[in-house]
Amino acid sequence: MINDEWIWSLNRLIPNDPVVARQVLEQIREQLEAQQWDERDIFGVRLAVDEALVNAMKHGNRQDAGKQVGVACKLSEKRLWIRIADEGPGFCPESVPDCTEPENLERPCGRGIMLMRNFMSRVEYNTRGNAVEMEKQR
Amino acid sequence: MAVHRSLQVTEVGDVTVVRFVDRKILDEVTIQELGQELFNLIEEENRSKLLLNFSAVEFLSSHALGKLITLEKKVKAHKGKLKLSNIRPEIYEVFAITKLNKLFDIKEDEADALAAF
Repeated sequence: MINDEWIWSLNRLIPNDPVVARQVLEQIREQLEAQQWDERDIFGVRLAVDEALVNAMKHGNRQDAGKQVGVACKLSEKRLWIRIADEGPGFCPESVPDCTEPENLERPCGRGIMLMRNFMSRVEYNTRGNAVEMEKQR
Repeated sequence: MAVHRSLQVTEVGDVTVVRFVDRKILDEVTIQELGQELFNLIEEENRSKLLLNFSAVEFLSSHALGKLITLEKKVKAHKGKLKLSNIRPEIYEVFAITKLNKLFDIKEDEADALAAF
């Protein structure tokens, strides 16, 4: 990781609750707006972080209210770094079918991950597949 | 007359024009509700020509896209027509990345879409 001067950071274990996820998203949006990131980048980061949080709560933690999601986020002048981890068994991102193939176009699969990869500069999963690390270069 | 909480529904000729009330189609509950209201237009109210006007929508997630895909299937099954219009550039990008711009008939504005039915 490049050593930036971080101007804001967040490190929280949040309950498996979409309302709290929404609060985290809002916090990140406010920070990006305060740093005058452009609208398209803010839109992309929000979309990617929302998709990652939904995946963690719904698919990772299987909507279990007793489980938590770890959110670590840092912001420098040039980039945003975020790591989202759930308590689930993990998954293999390569095994998710390509949602843009004609036969999969109408299936509800992999669209969130595809959007994350397109809107962020880097998206990587850990070996177990229960944590995603993403970066957005301004 | 059915009650639509998440949608504003009007008639233009034989086309049902739907505008979204929420600017951010993001929340799980909102998406569920919205999906059901859209499906009811086809399945309960038997409307066959639907135009979804996205002018008020600033944000939508992949889960919302899933609902639109299901709606498209239902419209097709009822031999109806579905068109989308007034999609802002960031949201159009979401459709383009996922290649859903090929599945949906997306028009620039409401007038274009109405003329295409």
